[in-house]
Amino acid sequence: MFDQLSDRLQATLSEVRSRGKLNESDVDAAMREIRLALLEADVNFKVVKSFTRTLKERCLGEEVLGSLDPGQQVVKIVNEELTGLMGGTGSELAMSASGPTVILMAGLQGSGKTTACAKLARFLGENGKKDVALAACDVYRPAAVDQLVTVGKRVGAHVYEQGTDADPVEIAAWALDRAREERRDVLIVDTAGRLHIDQDLMDELARIRKRVKPHDVLLVVDAMTGQDAVGVAESFAEAAEFDGVVMTKLDGDARGGAALSVKAVTGKPILFASTGEKLEAFDRFHPDRMASRILGMGDVLSLIEKAEQQIDERQAQELEQKLRKNQFTLEDFLQQLKQVRRMGPLSGILGMLPGMGAMKQLKNANVDETELDRVEAIILSMTPEERVNPGLIKGSRRKRIANGSGTRPQNVNQLIKQFDQMRKLMRHMASGKMPDAQQLAQMTGAAPRPRVRRR
Amino acid sequence: MATSWQEIFDLGSRASANGSAAPEDAEKRRGVFRRLRESLAKSRKALSEEISASFFDRIDEETWERLEEALILADAGAPTTAKIVERLEHEVEGGAVAADGEAVRARLIEILAEVAATGRAPIDLSASPAVLLMVGVNGTGKTTTIGKVAWHLSREFGLSVVLGAADTYRAAAAEQLAEWADRAGAELVRGAEGSDPGAVAFDAIETAQARGADVVIVDTAGRLHTQGGLMDELAKVRRVIAKQLPGAPHETLLSIDATTGQNGLRQARIFAEAVEVDGVVLTKLDGTAKGGIVLAIAGELGIPVKLIGVGETLEDLRPFDPTDFANALLAE
Repeated sequence: MFDQLSDRLQATLSEVRSRGKLNESDVDAAMREIRLALLEADVNFKVVKSFTRTLKERCLGEEVLGSLDPGQQVVKIVNEELTGLMGGTGSELAMSASGPTVILMAGLQGSGKTTACAKLARFLGENGKKDVALAACDVYRPAAVDQLVTVGKRVGAHVYEQGTDADPVEIAAWALDRAREERRDVLIVDTAGRLHIDQDLMDELARIRKRVKPHDVLLVVDAMTGQDAVGVAESFAEAAEFDGVVMTKLDGDARGGAALSVKAVTGKPILFASTGEKLEAFDRFHPDRMASRILGMGDVLSLIEKAEQQIDERQAQELEQKLRKNQFTLEDFLQQLKQVRRMGPLSGILGMLPGMGAMKQLKNANVDETELDRVEAIILSMTPEERVNPGLIKGSRRKRIANGSGTRPQNVNQLIKQFDQMRKLMRHMASGKMPDAQQLAQMTGAAPRPRVRRR
Repeated sequence: MATSWQEIFDLGSRASANGSAAPEDAEKRRGVFRRLRESLAKSRKALSEEISASFFDRIDEETWERLEEALILADAGAPTTAKIVERLEHEVEGGAVAADGEAVRARLIEILAEVAATGRAPIDLSASPAVLLMVGVNGTGKTTTIGKVAWHLSREFGLSVVLGAADTYRAAAAEQLAEWADRAGAELVRGAEGSDPGAVAFDAIETAQARGADVVIVDTAGRLHTQGGLMDELAKVRRVIAKQLPGAPHETLLSIDATTGQNGLRQARIFAEAVEVDGVVLTKLDGTAKGGIVLAIAGELGIPVKLIGVGETLEDLRPFDPTDFANALLAE
């Protein structure tokens, strides 16, 4: 998927280099491809229209005209514009100066509010070391209170609830009083999912808001939402005046254009991203990553971050030293492998890599799990000396290792070659550079993407 | 002319037997509810305007662009939209359809309904017990839909229903289904939280057989189609059911939230690879989203919509009607 838009633009603009500069019809053709890509990504039709208008102006300008590879240059510009649109200042939760910070969660049915409440509670609890409480104000959805009580317990947050017979506004007010008495740092108010066209429930939301005066009102939006996102956001903006957005279910493969639509139309920042069903899968939102995702360019930065979380600081520093001094050995590789496997199923990680989005390749990733078993076995069959200096491994040593690990000599060879490439890649990354798609493809053993220059 | 419950549910030999069980009561109830539904539909119609013939007053390039825009805003997606608009444009320009507003409008609805009806078939509940498996992504309305289906099967046809709470992952999922079982007058079979979903499905079917119940509906945990392990688990649940009762599950329904964009097609594709989806329940159509993605799901995968969800109460379920859907798709 990474190269799809880039490839399409390259094809569309292939004539340009022979002509020397982009004319308006070239730019129009490019805009058509971009428009398609954005619609595919569920960006709202009207937002796409105005976005491509702005983009066209920029593309007709100097930057692209002089460029050697107009297709890639256009993608770069699109990425920048998208990131700019989705980023911006004021992307932090407002905190209370005294008394508990009140956060009100709102959104459509099924958007993931209750889970998001628990995740946010955990996030604030861990990162800010705060004492977080939850208020169960969804009295309509069967077992909603039970759900919040259960997940609240899991994250160590106290849940204020009054069952399903009380009025949500009263429950919220009561919960706030209790939170004050018990000196909680944060009170997160869960509410029932509601349609933005349900006047009664939207009025109820407004009343809850008036009563507890939240410091932050967050709109929870499902990443797979299509064109409807705009209407929903506009209505919630009017009724609840939300301050920010939580995007949920980002662990799916929805491109998430709704994020762009909501931001473009309401101007409100997306503050958090929920990336899985586990309660730890919750993070600050990164506009640059979302821009790449919307364009179908994968989410490499999340991958790096996930990796960073697994390696503790001391190990990380040691590793860095080794990489710099080129002392990274197969032994270290084995350790890294173990850590990569701890990050989660390979298919999930690979899904984040550019070009790995397609299901077919994910299917191959399952084969790679057994590949990893094989790799581990091979390294374990090596002597410590061989692990440090794989150059020693020829002929009889190779045969011995192959026998010991139940593999063939060519597997041993392949591993050493791949390890070498991996070492180069890690050195590359250690010096602060991002791997490109080809390097990543080689590292994971997938077929490398051919770099065809069309004439 | 809208699709009826009798048309969407195939009850096999049960149809005549139970249908006559309490005809007057059923008729009366149906009458009350039909009136209720109609009055609701009227108020909704008052707020919405069906696409009128004036949309096609003048038929020029702009008309086709506006039509494209309307379909894309309904989440039909660019490829499906292009196909439909091109087809209509071709027919009008070729003279197959008269170039007047009313004729073009009518033909458009026909085309949309045709696409929406691809693969159309009733929900197969002819077996005894008939097993219905509900699957779908998180938050799409599986559990609520099960409650509604159970209620309708009981009210419209006098069938006895057993619910299997095979969502053993999500906090308080069984409690949620228990509430629906209560409301719908169905029996609930559940396991401990974290227990094996296949085992719960097994127990539910066993219970239904022991009691001579007509239908078993198995709830499953919401899962993203991108989670290979969970899709494998779902396939396993299906195998357990199939092994226990040959031919089961007789119907597997995928719930799709009407607000879902293009990802809905991917969801359908991958769920169908894991468990053979027989039909879609399109939920939350009481909102403003049109659910146009089902055009692609039907058109490209041949998986038809069989039911639609239009609210959060037991009554808020309707048989899918392609023409009604086509009209609603383009309504303001």
